[in-house]
Order: sequence, then C-alpha cells, then structure tokens
Amino acid sequence: MIEFLAMGGHAPYVWGSYGVALLAMVVEMVLLRQRRKAVNRRLARLARLNGEEGGATSPDV
Amino acid sequence: MAEQRVQWFKFASPPNFYDLAGRLAPWFGGLAAILFVVGLYIGFILAPPDYQQGNSYRIMFIHVPTAWMSMFLYVLMAVYAAIGLIWRVKTAEVMAKAIAPTGAMFAFLCLWSGALWGKPTWGTYWVWDARLTSQLILLFLYLGYMALHAAIEDRQRAANASAILALAGVVNVPIIYFSVVWWNTLHQGASITVTSAPTMETVMFVALLVMTFACWMYAIAVVLWRARLELLERERRAAWVLERTGEKA
Amino acid sequence: MNGLATALITLLRRDLILALRRRQDALVVLGFFVVVVSLFPLGVGPDPQLLRSMAPGVLWVSALLATMLSLERLFSDDFRDGSLEQILLSPQPLSLLVGSKILAHWLITGLPLVLISPLLGMQLGLDGTEILILMTALLLGTPILSLVGAIGAALTLGLRGGGVLISLLILPLYVPALVLGAGAVDAVMYGSSAQAHLSLMAALLILTLLLAPWAIAAALRIMLD
Repeated sequence: MIEFLAMGGHAPYVWGSYGVALLAMVVEMVLLRQRRKAVNRRLARLARLNGEEGGATSPDV
Repeated sequence: MAEQRVQWFKFASPPNFYDLAGRLAPWFGGLAAILFVVGLYIGFILAPPDYQQGNSYRIMFIHVPTAWMSMFLYVLMAVYAAIGLIWRVKTAEVMAKAIAPTGAMFAFLCLWSGALWGKPTWGTYWVWDARLTSQLILLFLYLGYMALHAAIEDRQRAANASAILALAGVVNVPIIYFSVVWWNTLHQGASITVTSAPTMETVMFVALLVMTFACWMYAIAVVLWRARLELLERERRAAWVLERTGEKA
Repeated sequence: MNGLATALITLLRRDLILALRRRQDALVVLGFFVVVVSLFPLGVGPDPQLLRSMAPGVLWVSALLATMLSLERLFSDDFRDGSLEQILLSPQPLSLLVGSKILAHWLITGLPLVLISPLLGMQLGLDGTEILILMTALLLGTPILSLVGAIGAALTLGLRGGGVLISLLILPLYVPALVLGAGAVDAVMYGSSAQAHLSLMAALLILTLLLAPWAIAAALRIMLD
C-alpha cells in the first residue's frame, strides 16, 4: 500500500495532479450548490412579493 | 416571441429544458462517478508502470482527457453561441454561458497536470511546448469570454456579444494551434525535445478512454446543472418559473 | 454603387480630418511604441547579440501593445457624439462602412508604426534585409491587428473598464500574427527565407479582411441595440 502511494518516487506529481483535479471538481460543485441556494432564496422572495400583491395586475409578470 | 419559431425543437423551450435537464443531470453525475472509479482502478491498479517513465506517466489519465475536454467544450460553446445568436434560442445561449467555467476548469487542470508531469519527465515544470502553449491561450480565450459576459449587465446583450467573441475565438483556435506548432518546430533548438507519449498498451488505452468518458459525463452533469440555474435567473419573471418555485420553496 | 463609394470616401475623409485635428492621439500611440522598445535594452542589458536576437519579438509585442492602446478610441468617440448611430442607420452595408473606419484607423496608427520600425530595428541591431522583412511583415500584420482589435473595441463599447477588457479579449487572438510576424524576421536572421511566413501572413490578412468586418458590424449592432 505504501509502495503504491509512493508511486515510485513520483508521488507529489501524481497525487498533486489528481488531488487538484478532485479539488477543482468538488469546488465547482460546492459553488453550484451555493448558487442554487441563492437563486432559490431570490425566487422565493419574488414569489412572496407576487403573493402579497394578491393577484393584482403586476407589471412584472 | 422567438420561442414560437422553435417549437419543433421541444427541448429548446425553457420549461421543457429545465425539467429534462433536472431529470438527466443526476444520471450523468452518477455515471461520471462510476466511470471515474473504474477508470482510476484500471489506470492505477491494472495498468503496469511504464518502463521509461515509471509511475509518473499515470498523470496522462487526467492530463489527456482534460486537454480533449477543454478543446471540445470550446467548440461546443461556440456552436451553442451560434445557435443562440442566429435563431435566438434562449436555452442555447444559456448552455454556451454554462459551458465556459467548466471548460476553463478543464483547461486549467490540463495545464496543472501537464506542469506536474513535466517536472519528472523533462526536469522542469514549464516547457514552451506547442500543446501546453496553445492550451494556455485556450484558457485565456475562456477567461476573455467569461469576462465579457460578466462585464455586460443586460443579459440578452451579454449573450449576443460574447457569442460573437466565441465565434471569433473558434475561427482562431485552429490558426493559433498551427501557428504555435510551427513556432515550436522552428525554435526546436531552444526548447527541450518533447518525449512522445509512452508506448500505449491496451490497458492504458482503455483507462484513458474510460477517464475521458468520465470527464465527459461530469461535464454534462455540471453544465446542465449550471444551465438550469442560469435559466431560472434569466426567466425569474416567467410563469413557468413561478409554478416550479412554488413546489420547491 | 456610386452612392456607396461616396459614403465610404466621405467617412474615410471625415475620420482622417478628425484624426488630424487630434494629432496628439496618434502621436501618443507612436510615442508609446518607441518608448517601450527603447526600455527593453535598459531591462535586459546592452549586450548587442542578445538585443539582436530579441529584436523581432520585442518589436512585434510592442506593436501589439501600441495598437491595443489605440483601440479604445476607435468607436467610443463616435459612440459618444451619436455619429455611430447615424452610421448604423445608413442604408449602406455596415460591414463596408466599418471597413472604411478601420482603414482610417490603420492609416492613423498602423502605418506610422511600420514607418518608424526601421529606426527601432537599427537601434536593436537588425541589418538591412532584416529591417526590410520586418517592415513587410508589419505592413501585412498591422491591418490584421486593426481588424481583429476592432472586434474587441466594438464588443466593449460603452462598458466600464472597456480598455482593460479589450486586452484580455483580443491579445490571445493576436497570437498568429505575432508568431508569423516575429518568425519572418527570425527566419532571415537565421539564414533561411521568410517567404513562407509572409505568404501565411498575407493569407491570414485576406481571411481577416473577409471575416472581421462582418463580426464588427454584428458586434456594433448588438452593442447599440
């Protein structure tokens, strides 16, 4: 196992490549999740505002 | 409205796209995860060390797929941008914008893994090798596209303007590539001769192929996900968005 | 047809007269080119051999940067005083009108760079044929810089921080012109012929001439929509 992880002395290069690739993908997904939350919050607020207007003809819709 | 004209292309109407993408994205994501595990298993456990480069050649399994993906995604982005520009298909505009960050990420990963592969192979992190150099310029093209998109406030105008830029870029990409290759061969004396990829055994080739498919599936999943959010933001006043947020909130 | 020719000539003459009135704009670009090239020896040292081998790249990169500097003004003045809108409304094909504006831009900024380049080439130790090739390459290359740059200028019209954005958008697209232009001078420097470089540069110029005006016209329509 240790031999496998050592990658014949090339460990920093091999695991550096794959580690950063994994990190980049995880970061991308976390950012997307955060953005989804932000979008949902914003839309919920918008829906609430529309609801308060009570179906009156709002110029936005 | 423009949507009427493209009714035949059912997928293109924003609500249909939103629903379909929402249903498909998890499948692509799951497939990507499975393929990554399989690809890494083949690449790291089944494939033997290379007799010349030892284990460092295993970086290839991430380096080459990311290189392919970044180039392919740029072309795909330009195709979507052109569809959006010519036929005013809103979902195509959204797709073009959604592809850019993932494409830029792949370009960056390709450069990063290329540098880390270069150190044990050529003895230096960065070589002005034709492929690495054109990859760097591709990353700049992605960054320019995203910067222009971000700089224009009006969403429709931003989509159209950056579509022009993407098209100018995609015409240029092959010219840039060939000029850089040419530049590199002319200056061969100054730069280190690039060792060719290790002689491919079948296992290595299979690993490479599986990893490429994994990156593909990952890109599709992430891009669809981002395109959905983009669409929600753009169409936040449309009735179909209000219907759908009602359920979720 | 006649109306079109008159329109193109009128537009060209107007741009040239305006540039003549604001001479300092063109002179600043030229001055920038000269100063940047002259700073290189101070940065890398006076070794003649080193300067000579760097000269093609230094001259070309400086020409790219100088062109970049001039691009921001290409459409923005006309945009501000409303004449760009008039041009867009005119019945003549916009891509041709745009071509005339770019011809004016090249005459004002590109051509002076070509004309001053022998002086700077000698400063960096290039000899006769090399300077001749440098001028030919610049003569073929600077119109490409104006044409491609105009796409960026049109796309950033009216944006805050447009000037910086142009560089990010356009500099990567300048790579082929840079490689071919500097490569042409390199080729004669190392004793081979520059013909291949110059032919490819000419081909690139023709391709750019065919495609860029269309893209610029489309970009202007989008940004002024």
